[in-house]
Amino acid sequence: MSRIDDTWADKPGLVGWLSTVDHKRIGIRFVVTTLAFFVFAGLLAAVMRVQLARPDNHVVGPDTYNQLFSVHGSMMMFLFAVPVMEAIALYLVPLMVGTRNVAFPRLNAYSYWLLLFGGLMLIFVFVIDSAPDAGWFNYVPLSGPEFGPGKRSDFWAQLITFTEVSGLIGAVNIITTVFKLRAPGMTLARLPLFVWAMLATAFMILFAMPSVMLASTFLITDRLVTTQFFNPAEGGDVLLWQHLFWFFGHPEVYFIFVPALGVISQILPTFARRRIVGYVAMVVALVTIAFLSFGLWVHHMFATGLPPLGMSFFTAASIMIALPTGLQIFCWIATLATGEKVRFAAPFLFIIGFFFIFIIGGLTGVMLGSSTLDSQLHDSYFVVAHLHYVLIGGAVFPLFGGFYYWFPKVTGRRLSERAGRWNFWLFFIGFNVAFFPMHILGLEGMPRRIYTYPAAAGWSGLNLLSTIGAFTVALSVLVFFVNVWRSRRAGELAPDNVWGASGLEWAAPSPPPPYNFERIPAVRSRDPLWEPGFPAAEVVGLPDIVRSTLVTRLHDAEPDHIAILPDASIWPFLAALATTIMFIWSVFTPWGLTWGAIPLTITLIGWFWPKKDETRRTCAVEVKPDAGDARVHQLREALP
Amino acid sequence: MNTNALLSGGPLSAEIGQLFWIFVGIAAAVYVVVLAFLVVSLRRREGARAAPPDSPAARHAVRAIGIAVGLTTVILVVLALSDFFANRVIAATPENPLRVRVTAHQWWWEIEYVDADPTRRVRTANELHLPVGRPVQLEMTADDVIHSFWAPELNGKKDLLPGYTTRLTLVAARAGDYTAECAEFCGFQHANMRVAIVAHDPQDFARWYDAQLTPAAEPVSPELQRGRDVLLGSTCVMCHNITGTDASGVTGPDLTHLASRRWIAAGALPNDAARLAAWISDPQGIKPGTHMPATRLDADDLAVLTHYLTSLR
Amino acid sequence: MSSRCPELVVLALSLLALGGCEREQRRFSEPGGSTVTVTTPLSDIRAGGVAVATPVKAPYDDNAYAISEGQRLFQWFNCAGCHATGGGGAIGPALTDDVWIYGKAPDQIFSTIVQGRPNGMPAFGARIPNQQVWQLVSYVRSLSGELPKTVSPSRADAMYFGKPPAEREPVTQPVQP
Repeated sequence: MSRIDDTWADKPGLVGWLSTVDHKRIGIRFVVTTLAFFVFAGLLAAVMRVQLARPDNHVVGPDTYNQLFSVHGSMMMFLFAVPVMEAIALYLVPLMVGTRNVAFPRLNAYSYWLLLFGGLMLIFVFVIDSAPDAGWFNYVPLSGPEFGPGKRSDFWAQLITFTEVSGLIGAVNIITTVFKLRAPGMTLARLPLFVWAMLATAFMILFAMPSVMLASTFLITDRLVTTQFFNPAEGGDVLLWQHLFWFFGHPEVYFIFVPALGVISQILPTFARRRIVGYVAMVVALVTIAFLSFGLWVHHMFATGLPPLGMSFFTAASIMIALPTGLQIFCWIATLATGEKVRFAAPFLFIIGFFFIFIIGGLTGVMLGSSTLDSQLHDSYFVVAHLHYVLIGGAVFPLFGGFYYWFPKVTGRRLSERAGRWNFWLFFIGFNVAFFPMHILGLEGMPRRIYTYPAAAGWSGLNLLSTIGAFTVALSVLVFFVNVWRSRRAGELAPDNVWGASGLEWAAPSPPPPYNFERIPAVRSRDPLWEPGFPAAEVVGLPDIVRSTLVTRLHDAEPDHIAILPDASIWPFLAALATTIMFIWSVFTPWGLTWGAIPLTITLIGWFWPKKDETRRTCAVEVKPDAGDARVHQLREALP
Repeated sequence: MNTNALLSGGPLSAEIGQLFWIFVGIAAAVYVVVLAFLVVSLRRREGARAAPPDSPAARHAVRAIGIAVGLTTVILVVLALSDFFANRVIAATPENPLRVRVTAHQWWWEIEYVDADPTRRVRTANELHLPVGRPVQLEMTADDVIHSFWAPELNGKKDLLPGYTTRLTLVAARAGDYTAECAEFCGFQHANMRVAIVAHDPQDFARWYDAQLTPAAEPVSPELQRGRDVLLGSTCVMCHNITGTDASGVTGPDLTHLASRRWIAAGALPNDAARLAAWISDPQGIKPGTHMPATRLDADDLAVLTHYLTSLR
Repeated sequence: MSSRCPELVVLALSLLALGGCEREQRRFSEPGGSTVTVTTPLSDIRAGGVAVATPVKAPYDDNAYAISEGQRLFQWFNCAGCHATGGGGAIGPALTDDVWIYGKAPDQIFSTIVQGRPNGMPAFGARIPNQQVWQLVSYVRSLSGELPKTVSPSRADAMYFGKPPAEREPVTQPVQP
């Protein structure tokens, strides 16, 4: 073991497991945890589908059903879809930009534990019949103090707090990593498209999440300390909730979708063995989607009786966002058309699945964007069909494609191709059988969030068909997990660049060591590994007795200085525990914030307290400028 | 149940239906074209080389993208404009509408016909009668949480919000039965909150209206008299109103002309004596969570009570 | 970590869980008659000084949903018409203080509602089913801060009338008339 291995190694045993700040170990944990939430929420959906398979069914009553769909939605959106995208970003982005860790490793660990504890809280309250039951969007007044007795909605609001803090931290980490820690020569114009996608997503998160934190805080205070934000009798407004929630809620679906666009932009050129057509257009499209997504939120409120002229504006904006999305699709098709013949391996199958499914979802989205059409389609099963087509087709399919694509890098082994084909076809067929009929059900007048329906409605046949499809999807997910389980130990060994791709992550060993690159490569183009004679240069001289990495300048990626990243630390885990105690305590009393702040403060002090050994090594590598240096002279002159 | 959004019962839903087919037609065409390009792009010759950036093939591709973007823009503008014009038809203020005030409760609909003469205001619950051809304007609010009124065969939906009054126009083109549902999640029995909508020719409507203005039918037999006595001595009067008797509760549906309705329990059950008796004795078994409590009466009392209620035409 | 820690954690979580179970249940159908006559003693004076055990907890005292139903019924059945919204008292006595003319035990409040009382309290026995009377009993008890804050109702979506039961401290001294 060389010195650098010692410096970057985690401690052994449970303590090492709890104190790691390696972005890859944390990224894998994030993915495993979010997939566990995916399975749990999927099982809840299976119960719902059993209840809806026949009319006037009695598998579950209305109270249980309300909790089922509320937890299904909340868990899928807040604990799976958004975090899994941040998770793969936290794993891949440092590798893709050519650095050794994210910019804030301990915050990264903290945000993972916070997500885990928030999710465990939701599962726990579900088991004790205390789960949120007013939908994943938790509209007031149903979720308010008068019509939502008990603590159910308070747990929803605190789930928001957990996941939003975790998400905001991830966003900050991604932005700082991308802006400051890139390999020399990787200017912004040479960033991989997945990194651009994550940059756009991170900025969206930064601007949108405060809105839902505000909404959930207003709800908590209305329920706990008699504020009147949503009480019409005292000057409050029930629509305030909807505006605040959807101002976040619409960009949120783009937090889920934009990273998937980035994933496709990595996989598709690799399989076409050609760089993407229209790189600049693709970047502009991503940034445009990020901006436009903030101007659409009222399309969730078209039925609330807002002035028609205002609604027409949001119709136009909602329809127009199809343009940058379409541009991306055209560029991908052009890349395929001018590339080599594609070999249909499992990752690429999922990309094709994306095209077939997402485009339907996008087109039904344009229909829903029309306020006139929406007046019929809103809050019906047509919307359920649309949202699953765009979320599963537009995000989950590329995500699975990404799993098959990057699994060899993460583990050093390939996933089984045969199982991958079964996984894909069961998923593709099952998904369409489950969700296409819902378009028709919505047009036949079936509203959302109903726990049963009468036989006279005529909806029975399509509901039964949908249930069969849902179970097929469940089967395909099972195939995936079996594939992962078996391939971890016994899968075919994979070389470092198994797909012949062009990104920097493929230059690292499979799996990468904790420090990713012993020598950070310099980059000369958008497709580094396709450069003849790569790497043209490498970074030498990073001290290996501390966890060091290179900081480059934002505008031209020239080396600027050496950053020293923190060693492993148990304090993020302890701080997350203290935060959890504070958050859950404040569900029951406002004093929870006050008293809960005490353990949190203690853990934060521990977090920031300098460690002797780390300080000693840092001082040993510090390079003080020469007293004769002109810059030192200038500074001294400037001092009073 | 007559809730098919594409089977229009009136001009407003027909307008929306028309717009729907325009959108679906264009969407289907776009889907087929885009996927065709995708499939064709995948069918590359074995051994074909990737086209370098400056090659004719690449420039061709860029031009094709430009054309596609241009076409997409045109299509999207056309769609946005067709929505705008359709919306003007839907949102137009109706001429001389029949005004009806609708208040949504958990989990039933309170309906009151507006009239300048207070003695000519029909109050009913969970059923809405309309004259054919005349626009009906619903002025809607909610008493507790947010609900939504959706009669797919007559028009789009509109939410009912506490603290707001929203408006929805319905126009029935021909006589018939329609159904409106609640389309905003409102709690336990969101699934069972329907309005039976009946469109009449104008003379039939006037006849129905006048009948609804009369007080409750007086009992004509001793059995009916006993039934009314059971009602007035029991828990019913705390919530329900029967005009012409001492029952004048306002928190539950008006029962004055209960027997004239197609359904009971806001569309959960057809309106017949057996189901009425079942509803009275065990409402929680039919609509768990409903605000109607179980009324424990012995079999004889229940029978005469039901008999009386079925006489309230 | 001591070897007893895991057991303590499990115990703490189970207690939390059980508390949650009871608080959050939505019980719609309850067995039992519609109305019933009660023979509850209304004062502490007993012939022969024999102590009579009275239950100190109403059936719904731990159930947030039932108490919120009680809050709704308090308005719907117009209890607020005499006792005022929030129970502060108007032409009827205040329910928020520690003065209970006819007893503060759950079955005493039950019998007050069901039997009626002199000077204006109507007899609701034939008019309100048992289950709803018990919901009202628990709500009334919450008005004086008797019940835990986690089950007492929070503010209603109505005009402000002072601190909701969830924020009231239990009253120990009778309020001076």
